[in-house]
Amino acid sequence: MNTNVDNTAPAQKYRTSFLQEVEANVEEGHWVKMCMQCGVCSGSCPLGKHWEHPPQEIFMMIRAGKREAVLTSESMWMCTSCYNCIVRCPRGLPITHIMHGLAHYAKRVSLVPDNQQTAKFAQLFWNNLALKGRVNELRLGMALYFMNGLGEGIKTALKMKDIGIDLAKTKRMNPMELLGGHSIKDLSGFKNMLKKAQELEAARIQPQNA
Amino acid sequence: MAKYTYSFYPGCSSQTGASSSNYMVSVRTMCEELDIQLNEIPDWNCCGASIGYAGGGELPRLALSARNIALSEKHNPNQEILATCAACWLSTREAAERLQHDAGIRGECDQALAAANLTIKNTTPIKHMAEVLVQTIGFEEIRAKVKKPLSGIKIAGYVGCQTNRPFGIAGESFENPQYLDNLVTALGGEAIPKYEKKVQCCGGALAFSEPDKSQEMIKGILEAAYDHGADMLVTPCPVCQMNTEVYQDQINAAHGTKFKIPVVYYSTLMAVAFGRSAKDAALNGQVIPAKKLEEIAG
Repeated sequence: MNTNVDNTAPAQKYRTSFLQEVEANVEEGHWVKMCMQCGVCSGSCPLGKHWEHPPQEIFMMIRAGKREAVLTSESMWMCTSCYNCIVRCPRGLPITHIMHGLAHYAKRVSLVPDNQQTAKFAQLFWNNLALKGRVNELRLGMALYFMNGLGEGIKTALKMKDIGIDLAKTKRMNPMELLGGHSIKDLSGFKNMLKKAQELEAARIQPQNA
Repeated sequence: MAKYTYSFYPGCSSQTGASSSNYMVSVRTMCEELDIQLNEIPDWNCCGASIGYAGGGELPRLALSARNIALSEKHNPNQEILATCAACWLSTREAAERLQHDAGIRGECDQALAAANLTIKNTTPIKHMAEVLVQTIGFEEIRAKVKKPLSGIKIAGYVGCQTNRPFGIAGESFENPQYLDNLVTALGGEAIPKYEKKVQCCGGALAFSEPDKSQEMIKGILEAAYDHGADMLVTPCPVCQMNTEVYQDQINAAHGTKFKIPVVYYSTLMAVAFGRSAKDAALNGQVIPAKKLEEIAG
């Protein structure tokens, strides 16, 4: 056997385009090829049993070029950001961040399953913080209750009523927040900053159309 | 001049009328007793928490934390950044490290900050309050301040996720961190070092979007505390506190359990043990009253 063979050459040649796409476009995506399929991440995930494809499987699917199956999956939306997988991964993959990156990328290329609850909530959260620079918990809560329509919203609001009363009584919720609430002072600088960051990121990421 | 001084990042949930405003009250009391001065970062913004990734992506999310670091450097120079919220601490520290290790992202982030007329050096250490208590102040000094030991109270130290992983407190294990147990002991309470759910996830932000799945996990956290005969749980994280406290009735209705166990912050315990009033310890902020602490506080 010739030990001088460059083993990276065939890896380059046969690399599927989806792996390249993930490496180029997904946060921390360049780590995906380092996964050795041990399964510790899947076994360590607190919501593991609810994942359509656990992280280990997602990594292999990326390498197998299963673009649509990965990006339309509910899987990465099950990540609670507990970081158990990160601290246990023997290869040191930042798995939590890769899952976040895949979730965001699925949104960017419009492949998130309809009605994905965490995707909807996450977008509400971002919109909420981007408006005033700080989260308005009351508005976020109300937006969450009604994100699946008015009928569902009234049901949820009724179910959550007692918790709302408890929090208001203990001054951990302020009804006046609905009228405006906390804000940063330099909102224009803040918004300019986010706009610039969004432009730069959009320019860097060019989704491939499979 | 105070014995300890920090550039303070309080975070959204700590604001007046927000879900962990009670945490802030007890933190302020605890800091008075330990002579810690907290200089709030002027005009700080949200960190994006653990759910900002989806809407915000990478660079806009990192820019949020970079702005806070830049403001801290500008207004509170040479002071370490201190956060009391697990997510605030984690996001800020994570952003600082990403910017240190990735020159490309750092370059873009500098451009984004320039749009807000800010620059960043990114050399400031970023600490969680628990880290400061354990490492900088130490249990000896804490023990010396105790005026009313928490005698006869059995307390499950619920560390949770984000104060523990991926950074955690130096010298502690990810699987069985002991610092809350050591703190409870230092305050004269009874710790439960073998509490097996101390690093179990509560669902975090998914308690909102996936309530059933999260509440099943919260049920396990509470059940294990009861199994050990705990009187209450103590936690360093606002999301842990909220999730394990406020959903107990819903869990009871769904699972036929009878949970009614208080969940307090480490700063609540410290304020009471240091002899301060129930009000200073923010015991009026408990949805499930911590009666045994009320008795001690008087």
